[in-house]
Amino acid sequence: MVQLTLPKNSRPVEGKVWPKPQGAKALTEFRIYRYDPDGESNPRIDTYWVDREDCGPMILDGIIWIKNKIDPTLTFRRSCREGICGSCAMNIDGTNTLACTKAMDDVKGTIRIYPLPHMPVVKDLVPDLTGFYAQHASIEPWLHTSSPSPEKEWKQSPEDRVKLDGLYECILCACCSTSCPSYWWNGDRYLGPAALLQAYRWLIDSRDEATGERLDNLEDPFRLYRCHTIMNCAKACPKGLNPAKAIAEIKKMMVARQF
Amino acid sequence: MAANGTNGVAAPSTLGAAYPITDHTFDVVVVGAGGAGLRATVGCSQAGLRTACISKVFPTRSHTVAAQGGISAALGNMGPDDWRWHMYDTVKGSDWLGDQDAIEYLCRNAPAAVYELEHWGVPFSRTDEGKIYQRPFGGMTTDYGKGTAQRTCAAADRTGHAILHTLYGQALRNQTEFFIEYFAIDLIMDEDGRCRGVVAIKMDDGTIHRFRSHMVILATGGYGRAYFSATSAHTCTGDGNAMVLRAGLPLQDMEFVQFHPTGIYGAGCLITEGARGEGGYLTNSEGERFMERYAPSAKDLASRDVVSRAMTMEIRGGRGVGKNKDHIYLHLDHLDPKILHERLPGISESAKIFAGVDVTREPIPVLPTVHYNMGGIPTNYHGEVLTKVGGDPDTVVPGLMAIGEAACVSVHGANRLGSNSLIDLVVFGRAAGMRAAEIVTPGEKHAELPANSADLALSRLDHFRNAKGGTSTAELRDRMQKTMQSNCAVYRTGEVLAEGQKLITEVWKGTADVRVTDRSLIWNSDLLETLEFDNLITQAVVTMEGALNRTESRGAQAREDYPDRDDKNWMKHTLAWIDETKHAVVLDYRPVHTYTMTNDIQYIEPKARVY
Repeated sequence: MVQLTLPKNSRPVEGKVWPKPQGAKALTEFRIYRYDPDGESNPRIDTYWVDREDCGPMILDGIIWIKNKIDPTLTFRRSCREGICGSCAMNIDGTNTLACTKAMDDVKGTIRIYPLPHMPVVKDLVPDLTGFYAQHASIEPWLHTSSPSPEKEWKQSPEDRVKLDGLYECILCACCSTSCPSYWWNGDRYLGPAALLQAYRWLIDSRDEATGERLDNLEDPFRLYRCHTIMNCAKACPKGLNPAKAIAEIKKMMVARQF
Repeated sequence: MAANGTNGVAAPSTLGAAYPITDHTFDVVVVGAGGAGLRATVGCSQAGLRTACISKVFPTRSHTVAAQGGISAALGNMGPDDWRWHMYDTVKGSDWLGDQDAIEYLCRNAPAAVYELEHWGVPFSRTDEGKIYQRPFGGMTTDYGKGTAQRTCAAADRTGHAILHTLYGQALRNQTEFFIEYFAIDLIMDEDGRCRGVVAIKMDDGTIHRFRSHMVILATGGYGRAYFSATSAHTCTGDGNAMVLRAGLPLQDMEFVQFHPTGIYGAGCLITEGARGEGGYLTNSEGERFMERYAPSAKDLASRDVVSRAMTMEIRGGRGVGKNKDHIYLHLDHLDPKILHERLPGISESAKIFAGVDVTREPIPVLPTVHYNMGGIPTNYHGEVLTKVGGDPDTVVPGLMAIGEAACVSVHGANRLGSNSLIDLVVFGRAAGMRAAEIVTPGEKHAELPANSADLALSRLDHFRNAKGGTSTAELRDRMQKTMQSNCAVYRTGEVLAEGQKLITEVWKGTADVRVTDRSLIWNSDLLETLEFDNLITQAVVTMEGALNRTESRGAQAREDYPDRDDKNWMKHTLAWIDETKHAVVLDYRPVHTYTMTNDIQYIEPKARVY
């Protein structure tokens, strides 16, 4: 059931204001959501100042600078720092995106950072993505074939290959799904834009031989049809993909197979 | 789905109630979920072995995801090709430090490994006939050096991403038992020198997990983050290499660190060699295509070590570009925008984000950047870890395997060719699975673990968790990275390396003064970064020592005071052990295998390496 009151201890309170770095000429203010899972305290918003002349240009550079120079307890995921691993997805300046490819200069004034919305928070900016990953796995993200495999590669024309562009590039960062109001409301039953984008990636692959089964698996009032074309997913995707379009294509395939 | 296994049985801690231990028992435990780890996991699972895969990041976050240009295999889709030509190129690329039996294994098994990936669903780019598209890459030739080969199979410039996501799908299909966001701390070794398992900390609750297994397969990647500027991810800290050092085993050829010619100036992000494969070229401040002088035949597609040295020489000669004349330009602006969009979309985006450059109009500012570790855990071509005991340089360490960048098989020798790493992952990931299936019987009974099996891991964890010194982990890491960057770079001299040895040992000793601020057990990234730093520093030390010790120039080791390759004295692998209490390194050697695996090809004799 939907909870109509906020859970206990969920309202963020004003946190610590950390001292400004000494001697710095160009400062940028960061206000960052902190949650300490040890103990009973509410989440808080800490304030930091980053010395821009001692720091790289991206938001990720900023929070790593804070961790290295000001507060080693600040906790977030990060890995490749070039927008391909999908680790550092977070809500920055009101939008879900990757900290590593978002420049500090692209945010006017104070940089406000929260974890991805509507996911359980493990600590600070680290959400629990277990359910998200389970939904991705549920669409069976691998090639299904029943014909005997050829000795060499399956042939695929460049025209058929192009159909995978805009789909296979997904990095599973969860920016789209966690920006979707429908997913916020029915995240337990609606698969969400990321999983559905992947579902379409395999549906449209000319080599795949399980189109019918894949569509059967999605034919459900919740798993697929909770997309109401709000389009937050396409707006949020840091890789410029369009999950809403992929979902629409699946819906068209559902209709087409009725005839 | 990728469910974290929950079969544990609580066992009393050896160090009191602070760290209760959850025990797990498997036939095989794979540490690492990149390309090699996932391929080995799938192989072991398919062989009926009960297999766990432990990873400190969710599998698709592993650094294989960042590989761009492609995966090499002599498919011959673009013209005549032969695995023997691929082998010749790899041997020459390795500057004859590679073991030719292993290189033969790699190259002749490469085509089957690529077809397997394609059958599993990798979205390779295609030729007009619908075959896998292959592009030219550095050092890849036809007919033993005579022509340019198109051997590198590509999914645009996101090949690693496409492969890693596909392998993750296969792992799901085979119901892999994943332990995701578990950080492996140390190996469990028994008195007979057999590896019996691994101890890990579960990051989201701080609990300790002891994995008992007949075989541990380390697939933990490289240690690029020992340097200040690297294309490597923050998580590339060579944790498996360091576990091996702490277990009293050697690492091999650690002085060979590859600098990729085209890291984005400043940010260090990778621009694939495929950019030059598709026709891109480098220029200096005079607008000259200087590679024509250094490598008249291969030009911009010479081996990476050759191109990185040429770029360094140009900058030193005052012909660097930019305000400080300290980098080089990579031109793609002459290429058809349609080709850029179709084959190089990822790096076009990276250049825009990290250098503010529109590649259709402007050159990309680039600089040689640390990219790959040829060195690692010595293994044979089955993936079994080797050490040297009583003069036998091929003594197998029972219960332990290593694959991927963590391993030194050695197929890359002194310098790896571009696109040979992805094929290394899947060929040796597969080989390790097959070997494990030969050695281990599914469900075989486990002997009791030694009573002190978790002591090394827990004492180390506890030490750092309560570390109250005067130097933060970030400060120590910064000192290490800057020392490696300035004293163990593209060009090396005895004097600079000797200074580097002194400085890096001081950082190593400085670890005693480390301060960890976060005291919690839940997602304590301060503590984990400290464990990672502690892993990096020993690898940095053996890298520096190996470079100082090797008085010759070969592949990625370019000694200005010893400019020539010295086959008489140095055609041998360096082995390095550490003595943690004395802060000392012990060096020894293994012979290079000067024989092939079969009679299908003869040993390729050393000769001058000219591109």
